[in-house]
Amino acid sequence: MAITVPRPKLTWFERLYLPAIVAGMAITLQHFKNMLLGRTKVTMQYPEQKWDAQLPEHYRGAPALVKDEAGRIRCVACQLCEFICPPRAIKIEPGEIPVKDRFSKVEKYPREFDIDMIRCIFCGMCEEVCPEQAIFLRKDYAITGLTRAEMVHNKEKLLEIGGIMHGVVLKWNEKK
Amino acid sequence: MNPTTSFVIISLLKIVGIVFLVILPMVSYAVYAERKVSALIQDRLGPNRVGPAGLFQPIADAMKFLLKEDFTPAHVNKFYYWLAPCLAMVPAITTIAVVPFGSTLFGVPMVIADINVGVLFVFAIASLGVYGIVIAGWASNSKYPFLGGVRSGSQMISYELSLGLAVVPIFLLIGNLRLTEVVRYQIDHGWMVFPFAGDWKNPAGWLLAVPMWISFAVFAIAVFAETNRLPFDLPEAETELVGGYHTEYSSMKFALFFLGEYAAMITGSAIIVTLFLGGWHFPGVPDGSHGWIFGLINIFVFFAKIAALLFIFIWVRFTLPRFRYDQLMRLGWVFFFEIALVNIFLAAAIITFFDR
Repeated sequence: MAITVPRPKLTWFERLYLPAIVAGMAITLQHFKNMLLGRTKVTMQYPEQKWDAQLPEHYRGAPALVKDEAGRIRCVACQLCEFICPPRAIKIEPGEIPVKDRFSKVEKYPREFDIDMIRCIFCGMCEEVCPEQAIFLRKDYAITGLTRAEMVHNKEKLLEIGGIMHGVVLKWNEKK
Repeated sequence: MNPTTSFVIISLLKIVGIVFLVILPMVSYAVYAERKVSALIQDRLGPNRVGPAGLFQPIADAMKFLLKEDFTPAHVNKFYYWLAPCLAMVPAITTIAVVPFGSTLFGVPMVIADINVGVLFVFAIASLGVYGIVIAGWASNSKYPFLGGVRSGSQMISYELSLGLAVVPIFLLIGNLRLTEVVRYQIDHGWMVFPFAGDWKNPAGWLLAVPMWISFAVFAIAVFAETNRLPFDLPEAETELVGGYHTEYSSMKFALFFLGEYAAMITGSAIIVTLFLGGWHFPGVPDGSHGWIFGLINIFVFFAKIAALLFIFIWVRFTLPRFRYDQLMRLGWVFFFEIALVNIFLAAAIITFFDR
């Protein structure tokens, strides 16, 4: 059933139209004035101002590999993160630790460790699944590059972002 | 040097000085002002990256327009497609020729062509501006530009009438079409919007203010419609017609339409200033015959008045919504046309009765 929507009856003053224009222009001028005087709050000016200090503890930024206190790469190339990664951004090439090294025959190590940051969805599953607490999501969020190749973080880059983590896993240390 | 040569050289200097050193930079900075003022009205910051407070933005914009691909679609009528942007830009700049933008500087009158048909020339040339839009709409051979062109044509016809009729009371009063004479009259008898100035006791001045204000309002609104500015920007209504008449244009050809609109705004403001707001006159400032510094101040006053009007153009644009098409036509034909017509008789009666 069609319903006739009743139009509001306008008074002659409203039908004059001009007072409404003047009122509207007064409102916009008020906004203009407040902006000029700096009374209006505007959004954060991103590249100049940053929110880095206020990022929460649980913020999930770029994934990165960490070293322990002794400067050893914690990753043992178990490839769990490679398997769990939903967008398949991680590519690990495991290698044996050389015989001369003190830790040879103990564990594997990642010869290559690439994370494609174009694919990464910052879900944090790699961090969750890692049995060695070797991969963490850091607070870096501005990941840029001019080419696709630049957007792939290799092992050096990941270690650089990760830095040293003082963790609870002390597997390779001397037993006390 | 014989008089003809010096006349040609001085005229060329004036043309170059006013068009290339004042009007064109003013056009590009009008675009900047539009973006900045609109941003401030909408509680944004506007352009602030290029230079201090984004002041070099027009230069960056110009570079961008020049470097963009100049694409000509295959389905257009090439000749008219190329002709249209020129037709949009040229009339807007040509109109400024008869407008006195200052008193005198070193004894040279600051008007490019002081012709005795003055305002008729302005109307004749300004209405050519619509051809740019109509031809652009037609040559683009595509439905949205076509609709934009048609709308522009009918809008122009509707508002040209009230535009012409609105200025008749002024020329009834002055009896001269020459724009320098209009300014001279306003210096002696008060600006057209304040005809009582200097002669406060005379009731004729106060009565005359009524038709003058009506003229001023009708003329200003008609100029909004002529320059396709909101609330009358039906020809390019983005939300309805994609881009209107310039949908198919790119690069510098689009920029010419864009700049033509702003140039038309500036010349429209210049005409309003000359006819109603006293031209280059500012109370208490003598003209250029008292020293070149006053001549410069006169020119500055003229362009300051234009800048104030441009601000109002922008302010209105970001306040009022667009009219529906039938409302636009109704407003033009049923209200402004009649008001302007009655206004002529009102002004004529007052002038006859008080024998001004």
